[in-house]
Amino acid sequence: MLNYVWLGLMAIAIIVGAINGRLPEVTNAAFEYAKTSVDISIGLIGIMALWLGIMKIAEEAGIVKLLAKLIKPISKRLFPDIPPDHPAIGAMVLNIAANWLGLSNAATPLGLKAMEELQELNPHKDTATNAMATFLALNTGSITLIPATIIGVRVSLDSANPTEIIGTTIFASVCATIFAVTATKLLQRLPMFKIKEANDVNQKQEEGA
Amino acid sequence: MFEQVINTFSDWAIPVLLFIIPVIAFTKKIKVYESFVEGAKGGFEVAVKIIPFLVAILVAIGMFRASGAMDIFVQIISPLTNAIGMPAEALPAALMRPLSGSGTLGIATELMVSHGPDSFIGRLVSTFYGSTETTFYVVAVYFGSVGVKKTRHAVPGGLIGDLAGLLAALFICRLVFA
Repeated sequence: MLNYVWLGLMAIAIIVGAINGRLPEVTNAAFEYAKTSVDISIGLIGIMALWLGIMKIAEEAGIVKLLAKLIKPISKRLFPDIPPDHPAIGAMVLNIAANWLGLSNAATPLGLKAMEELQELNPHKDTATNAMATFLALNTGSITLIPATIIGVRVSLDSANPTEIIGTTIFASVCATIFAVTATKLLQRLPMFKIKEANDVNQKQEEGA
Repeated sequence: MFEQVINTFSDWAIPVLLFIIPVIAFTKKIKVYESFVEGAKGGFEVAVKIIPFLVAILVAIGMFRASGAMDIFVQIISPLTNAIGMPAEALPAALMRPLSGSGTLGIATELMVSHGPDSFIGRLVSTFYGSTETTFYVVAVYFGSVGVKKTRHAVPGGLIGDLAGLLAALFICRLVFA
């Protein structure tokens, strides 16, 4: 999927850029965004280290396991492949909670920690598991109780009621989450998204040769 | 009232976590400093690991934005979105949402400057902004951090969620604000 999207974005950009006479802008954007990507990653190091450190303490104290136990009734339905008291569940709970509170500095590191735990259970290291896709779906919905950034913009533009969009935003993001999770759960059964076993590929190559 | 409670909660959440986790661990005789440092070691590795994935995704999206292809896209699908009552002006913000958070914020801010934050369009694009996460960014960072390249159904699933979020935003804004 990403192969098509990626190629599509780049090819369309260059063709349309050529037609519009905006090729210099397209080139500049490529370099600028390459630099931005590294800035984002490097900026993450410190916060990442902080949360991974705290998570390590929480793990050793058994707090992550406790969280996982509390959420068991929900997690065993959403993530049937993950053992209910696995640290991945605890990390995911913390990530979702951070998202709800709009703590983006904590949410991403905790989410990446959860991915690391999920990856340990993954038999095919370069392929997404069903649990990973479901976790991503929970994240794309991005339920946030206070959308602080956009409220900030509205305040700066002298809105009479900058926070009136909180209710509509929560409604929309809850819908997005429900649909994303449901769609992911349904899509994982389709043959086109089946995990190709490494052995199968080898066999096919042997047959081909 | 609701906002105040949540804001207070947000202010307290991180300090409380940073206090309570080490204190509980300490009472369980865990060497908190050593554990922290041990865990924190991974920070650099994770951050560096996502660089190639992030460069791939953000460069493609940046080029797409710079080319002006979005305007063509808007023209193609605007008859469809007009039919469901989406103001044409708000369409670029909706289409940008899964691709770029800062891009959406830029478009939304521009629209609120020209139409006013309390106009229907202003409220609608505000709701768009918070309705979903930047799917392609999340996919790049999350899967990149563990080296997963075959993302299977994660992207289509996320995009269906994005679409649902945008339609739900339009529906609820028309109900509440129109």
